[in-house]
Amino acid sequence: MGSFLARRVGQAGVLLLIVSIIGFSILHLAPGGPLSQFAATGDMTQEDLDRVARQMGLDRPLPVQYAEWLWRLLQGDWGVSYRDKQPVLRVIGSHLGATLELMLSSTLLAMMIGCWIGVLGAIRRYSVFDTLATVGAMIALSIPTFWFGLVVIYVFSVGLGWLPAGNRYTIGDGSWSDRLHHLIGPCIVLALVSTAVWSRYMRSSMLDVINHDYIRTARSKGIPERRILFQHAVRNALLPMITIAGLHLPTLLSGALVTETVFTWPGMGRLFLDSIGYRDYPTVMGILMFTAMLVLLGSLLADLLYGVADPRIRTA
Amino acid sequence: MTATPALVPAMAPVTRSAASMAEDVVLDVEDLSVSFVSPQGIVPAAREVSFEVRRGETLAMVGESGSGKSVTSLAILRLTPPAPQCRIEGRVRLRAGDRRVHDLLALPEARMRELRGSAAAMVFQEPMTSLNPVHKIGDQIAEAVRFHSALSKRGALDRAAELLDLVGIPDVRRRMSSYPHQLSGGMRQRVMIAIALSCEPVLLIADEPTTALDVTIQAQILELLHDLQQRTQMALLFITHNLGVVAEIADRVIVMYAGRVVEEAAVLPLFKRPLMPYTQGLLRSVPRLDLAGRRCDELAAIPGNVPDPLALPPGCSFAPRCAHRVPELCDARVPLLEGAGAEHFVRCARWASLAEGAPP
Repeated sequence: MGSFLARRVGQAGVLLLIVSIIGFSILHLAPGGPLSQFAATGDMTQEDLDRVARQMGLDRPLPVQYAEWLWRLLQGDWGVSYRDKQPVLRVIGSHLGATLELMLSSTLLAMMIGCWIGVLGAIRRYSVFDTLATVGAMIALSIPTFWFGLVVIYVFSVGLGWLPAGNRYTIGDGSWSDRLHHLIGPCIVLALVSTAVWSRYMRSSMLDVINHDYIRTARSKGIPERRILFQHAVRNALLPMITIAGLHLPTLLSGALVTETVFTWPGMGRLFLDSIGYRDYPTVMGILMFTAMLVLLGSLLADLLYGVADPRIRTA
Repeated sequence: MTATPALVPAMAPVTRSAASMAEDVVLDVEDLSVSFVSPQGIVPAAREVSFEVRRGETLAMVGESGSGKSVTSLAILRLTPPAPQCRIEGRVRLRAGDRRVHDLLALPEARMRELRGSAAAMVFQEPMTSLNPVHKIGDQIAEAVRFHSALSKRGALDRAAELLDLVGIPDVRRRMSSYPHQLSGGMRQRVMIAIALSCEPVLLIADEPTTALDVTIQAQILELLHDLQQRTQMALLFITHNLGVVAEIADRVIVMYAGRVVEEAAVLPLFKRPLMPYTQGLLRSVPRLDLAGRRCDELAAIPGNVPDPLALPPGCSFAPRCAHRVPELCDARVPLLEGAGAEHFVRCARWASLAEGAPP
């Protein structure tokens, strides 16, 4: 167990290094820079710009800048945002809650609905319900998130006026019900793709399980069908879902990025896009590293959880 | 069968007493047919299978893969796939512990479920995959107990421990909280037997329970089943393709071929004087230890293959592979199961002349 953890942490370290190099290069090679904001106003001369660049250390060769950034990061210094002059970690921290709220609620929604659709589809295979669920999942998977988000806003906010069109809460309100009301739209939009993914995986996992010999054994014991389904079949069919959940995290994060932007949700996704627009290098790199760690941690957690849930792995 | 006279004249169709079941008969299967609906058509898996198993008796059901023996056993407990996919016809009657006779195929599913695992239980072929990998052994046994008795959870677990002890599993306390993968195949089959016996069934159906096990473990499991049967006087329907096992455990034998019973007899007469050419072929194809090292001739395999259930021969199903086939006799119609001596039945148009030593 200890060596397993050590190996996984080592692998994660190498992966993070690669992610940081690629991210840093792409970010700095993109045209424009933090100074283009100043340049655009026309008030500053080239000399002024050069001086600012020198002050910010942006005139040095890229590898040097990278090495310095990495060295500081390793010491726990994530840098200071160019835009609001706050430490990057604090900026991320102030946006993390909103993202987690959105991701957790939509994951919960997607898991519950998706797993149910999958289980019902598997036990009533090729029924009208199963066919509808299959077609529905295909449609859900092919709808672009931003478009679906806009449709939800157009129909439920603009058209029917049932839901707010954006933001996390009404300024000056912020009560639980108000927050929940704001959460509904983005939560459904973000959950759509996940629900489709979960239902498909759960269906095939369930179909695999219900043909196993131990289900026949359970039937031969004369226990009720409902109990066979939930105690014996679903319990086993959920095992691979743990891995799926780990693998699904990056998709969820990128979905959150789009959803947050559409619903002006003050989370990390929107912060990321804004920071890229502003060429706020420290914040962009900070979010990149933070989400990379989150994804790696997620898959590590999934593996550990699998060991807890499956007795065959536990002792191995 | 107890109602049939000891000697039935040849060619007379065998009729079984349809009305009443003799007191000692636990399971009475009459004209049981099982067919599956497939895109290619209706596949008959078992056809007009009839037999009885009595209290304390072991009936072995023998046949090649695809002869319909497993399907027959699953159909008795209604464990075959549900209705549109699978059709079951005929009558299956079970005399439960309280002497009440249940018409299994006519029971509503809820009533059938009460009998399953309590009055009639089953042990399957694959001990490696027949236990749920994520539940503890003790819980899997206790689950069966709980649904058929008024015992509390604690009481059911105590009963489970008792059962594990009964089937000869050492270190019961520890094994109760083991998971299936921590046990060997033989141990897992013992657990399966413990589950099956948990509610003291009057009928135990064992579908090739030793096929997946090592030979030494096989012998242990057979001995265990035999012991338990002596103690409980349960009826045992033992399905196997291994004639060595049959010789060891069976009182009576039915031989299945292409979904039909082709011969039925007590074990000794069957081994001594098999009447159906298929049974003769089966017995000849068993490797014999007393001929070891001589290599005189090859094992006598039966030529050909089991017929395609979608294209069965019009007459005797075995005719295409039979050395004694006489086309006008064997292909004309399906031979009847005829009485051929004391509790000996055979489905062969030529059995009488073959028994007298007529030229093939």
